[in-house]
Amino acid sequence: MTGTHPSAWAAAAMITTIVLTSTAGEVLTAAAMKSIGDLDEIRAQSGLKGAIRAVITCPLFFAGVFFLAVAFFALLFALSHLNLSLVAPAAASLTLITNAIAGKIFLHENVDRRRWISAGLVCVGVYFLAH
Amino acid sequence: MILGLVALCAPLGDTCLSRGMTSLPPISMAHPMSLLAAVFTPWIGAGIALLIGFFASYLTALSWADLTYVLPATAFGNVIVALLAKFWLNEAISWQRWAGIVLITVGVGFVAHGPSLTERPASATAREAAEGSAR
Repeated sequence: MTGTHPSAWAAAAMITTIVLTSTAGEVLTAAAMKSIGDLDEIRAQSGLKGAIRAVITCPLFFAGVFFLAVAFFALLFALSHLNLSLVAPAAASLTLITNAIAGKIFLHENVDRRRWISAGLVCVGVYFLAH
Repeated sequence: MILGLVALCAPLGDTCLSRGMTSLPPISMAHPMSLLAAVFTPWIGAGIALLIGFFASYLTALSWADLTYVLPATAFGNVIVALLAKFWLNEAISWQRWAGIVLITVGVGFVAHGPSLTERPASATAREAAEGSAR
């Protein structure tokens, strides 16, 4: 650990910031891609340039990328205060759960029992693997 | 295929970046241009190319599948990297990591068996209309 040891609350606040901003980024990006439609079909109709144009003319996509960028810098900030072996697995696994909740609420995805169990298993698995 | 690309490109890209950055001297805020120079080193360049590939295939996957389907499926990339590290780099894998590999594999198997996209009322109505006209 570098520098002064942050309190448990400060560590929790840093991880929460990463989790919330990356969830916002993922959900906005997913909403943008759903509003654009199937990229394979767009590429078949109007080529790769058409597909790229469809993506970069979507404001929701940039909102998503903005939050993903904030999440990235929040991660860098956290890494300068906390151990990688704490931040990376905690952020990666918690994001899976918050994404399942946000996907259900904001994207109205059908998060059935199968997906909850899957998100839970992968969440614990990522934590074990990266710890 | 696309999900496989997402799963492979992200961890491999991160690994290339990590390998490239650790081989460089520490970058200080006093010399920000050294960060720009780092982009043109082979490992960092390869890492960035892989991460661009990851983002393009991730966006494509999100255009036809649910977020709650894509994310667990792409977490499988962690398993691939752990196994590559074991059999290619001969790294030791602790029992916690094996447990992690098993949990992720079971989780991905679970989600992959279900539907990839939530049925929308609009598409259901469209399908009913198409069936109606076919009849």
